[in-house]
Amino acid sequence: MKWLRNFGRFWWDFVIGDDWRVAALVFAGIGATAALAAGGVNAWWLLPLVVLLALWLSLRRAIRSA
Amino acid sequence: MVEALTIVLAAGLARGWRSSLAGLGAATLVLAVVVAVLGPALTAIPIDALRLVVGALLLVFGLQWLRKAILRASGYKALHDEDEIFAREIADARDAPPDERGGIDWYGFTLSFKGVLLEGLEVVFIVLTFGSAQGSIPLAALGAAAALVLVAVVGVSVRAPLARVPENTLKFAVGVMLTTFGIFWSVEGAGVDWPGSDAALLGVLGYVVLMSLLFVRLLKRERRTQLRAAEAQA
Repeated sequence: MKWLRNFGRFWWDFVIGDDWRVAALVFAGIGATAALAAGGVNAWWLLPLVVLLALWLSLRRAIRSA
Repeated sequence: MVEALTIVLAAGLARGWRSSLAGLGAATLVLAVVVAVLGPALTAIPIDALRLVVGALLLVFGLQWLRKAILRASGYKALHDEDEIFAREIADARDAPPDERGGIDWYGFTLSFKGVLLEGLEVVFIVLTFGSAQGSIPLAALGAAAALVLVAVVGVSVRAPLARVPENTLKFAVGVMLTTFGIFWSVEGAGVDWPGSDAALLGVLGYVVLMSLLFVRLLKRERRTQLRAAEAQA
């Protein structure tokens, strides 16, 4: 069980890293893009804006905790 | 790869080359098996679903790299120094007690194995994601193998960590590329068409570069202001 937890933690750290909020915003952005596409809106511009916001907020958090 | 070379060199010089190279060989074998097993499995997934998953993973992974690179470039995080890491690894390896079994020093083996496996997993991740999304994992693996051979040949020739490789700049560039492809494939996978089709990739690249440079500039200015305020208070 402990091995499984360590294995899961390793992959979490490897892919998600130390700021899970970036991943949450990115996944939400992709979901919103897909939902808009399903509704007939070609929202190619949405994810780049979400990335800009997610990165900036993450950088601010990193600086505050530095 | 440069970081893995530093660890293999430290393990070899401090604990013996046999153990270090055995660790390197074992880790390379594990990484090759991961590519051989996961590669064909990924190519069986429909391309749109694959691009959505691969794009999302690349984007999250790439933003980690880019965030660290921006923090380094703006002075909020220490620059990566291969010489310093090498000195620390070699001191730790020399301090550790001997642990020889079957002609292999297990400290040296484990140090080399773990270093190559962990650093190599990043390469495998990039090979599998880029290779599968473009429908050519063997070509992506060949590119990675060529880079591995180059780093190994240079490393063996100079027998020192590759401190002159502009690693911080390279990491910045890798973060930019991973984020760019991550955005591009995620949006395509979500069922959206880019204006200008594949040519839009260059536009996304320009956007990510400009965004990153702008953040570096803003954070540098903020850091200067903070340092000046701290000096004035002192």
